[in-house]
Order: sequence, then structure tokens, then C-alpha cells
Amino acid sequence: MWAFLVTEILFFGGMFMAYILYRTKFPDGFAHASAHLDWKLGGVNTAVLIISSLTMALAVYYSQTGNKQMLMLCLVLTMILGATFLGIKGYEYYHKWEDNLIPGSNFKWEGHPGDPQQVQMFYFLYFMMTGVHALHMIVGLGIMSVILWMASRDRFTAGYHSPVEISGLYWHFVDIVWIFLFPLLYLLGAHLHDQ
Amino acid sequence: MSEHVVSRKIYFVIFGTLMVMTGLTVWVANFNLPGPLNAIVALTIAVFKATLVVLYFMHVRYSSKITWVFIACGLIWLIILFALTLSDFLTRKWVPISTP
Repeated sequence: MWAFLVTEILFFGGMFMAYILYRTKFPDGFAHASAHLDWKLGGVNTAVLIISSLTMALAVYYSQTGNKQMLMLCLVLTMILGATFLGIKGYEYYHKWEDNLIPGSNFKWEGHPGDPQQVQMFYFLYFMMTGVHALHMIVGLGIMSVILWMASRDRFTAGYHSPVEISGLYWHFVDIVWIFLFPLLYLLGAHLHDQ
Repeated sequence: MSEHVVSRKIYFVIFGTLMVMTGLTVWVANFNLPGPLNAIVALTIAVFKATLVVLYFMHVRYSSKITWVFIACGLIWLIILFALTLSDFLTRKWVPISTP
């Protein structure tokens, strides 16, 4: 899993590189665009994922100590939190659609400070990065349901629980990506105070 | 994987630290710091949070050296990506190129 996660570091790394470049090129446009993201929702999502990492780590702990009931409970909690994250993301995306902020023919940026082309670039990166991240979350939920099913069938003991640990590594990685996405995307324009 | 069982107490302490760091990131973002300081502070906190997740939640602190090597490889290549791309991009105005 670590070998795979290393490839994921570079996979997301490419998009972060694009972000760095365009943020350097368009600092004002990016700040104004970022001010239109709801940092409170982003902050809640950050908390949701951090809690889910805690429940995931606890799930691994209970798999190590052979506690099937608590293992399954922690897996379920992790999945509920992951689904919550996706629900909030969907809510955000829906409002972006309503506000004409999805790049493309429908994109409109009027009456707010910031060059429209620069703002559109920001939103292009926003949707790419959070979209690919959300895809990873969905895959993570799939992985967790398999692990949950395996746990329910008594496949894990204190002696054998590697799949739980390995899945946990994937889940934590997806959390780490968000830990970087949140400040870079949501908090850029926080000091501008125009919502 | 590691057979070392990390205590639940450590998990909760790390969790608490992560939440406090998140709150700190949000709080600092509200101040207009000079120059690129906003980004530097936010990224420093994010790196610290990620390090905590990697070391404790992902058990890397208790893992074999080969695991450390894998992670170091990923980070080194990421740094190469950032360093080489930025060194080109940021120095583009240094050399005037005459366009035909």
C-alpha cells in the first residue's frame, strides 16, 4: 500500500504544482475567488475527516486486540463520517452550480472584484482537486465496506488483521490530501472578508 | 505491518492536537500577514498535521526502515517536481528572449 501511496503523492502532487503555478501568477484573482468558498463548510469537512481518521485508527487498534464488535463499530463510524464529507461536498458543488461558478460555458463572474479569467482558473483547479479527492473518498468507502463485510464474517483476528491496517493507510492518506487542500483552497481569501 | 499496538490514549492526544491545529490555521488566515507569510504559516501547520497523521495514525513511527525509505522516496520526488518546475517558472523574466 505504501508503494501505491507514493504514486498517489505524485498524482496529487501534479495538481498541487499546477495550483502553485497559477496562484503565483494570479494572486489577486485567486484570493477573490477563494473568498466565495464557504470556509465554515470546508472547516467542518476538515473536522469530519480528522475524526474519521481517529475512528479508523481505533478500528485498527480493535483489530489488533481482536475486538470484533468495536472494530465493526469504528469501521461503520468511519464510513458514516466519509459519507458526511461527501454529502457536504455535494451541497457545496450544487451551490457552485447555482452561482454559475463551474468553469465552462455557464461560468459567470460579475459584480465581484477579481479578473473573471483568473477566477475561472481557480475554480477549474478547485473542482479538479476536490473532485479527484472526492473520487478517492468514494473508493475509500468501497474499500471500507469490503473490510466491514470481512470483519462481520470473522476474517480478522489479533494474529491476522493486515487488510484493516492497509485500508487504514489509504484512508489516512486521503485525509492528509484534504489537510493540504483546505487551507490552500478555502483560506486564501479569508482576510478579504467579502463573501 | 507493525505489531506494535499504539495505545488509544495516544490516538486521542494526536486527534486533539490535529483539531487545535485546524482551528489555529483558520484563525491565522483571518489576519492579513505581510508578503507570503499567510501561505507559509498555513502550509507549515498543514505539514505538521500531516506529519502527525503519518507518524502516529499510519504507524510509521513504529514501522520498519524500508517503509521510511518508501515515504522518503515519494517526498523526494515531490520536491523534485516542485523545485525544478518553480525554478524554471520563477526565473522566466531573468533572460530576455527576443520573439520573431
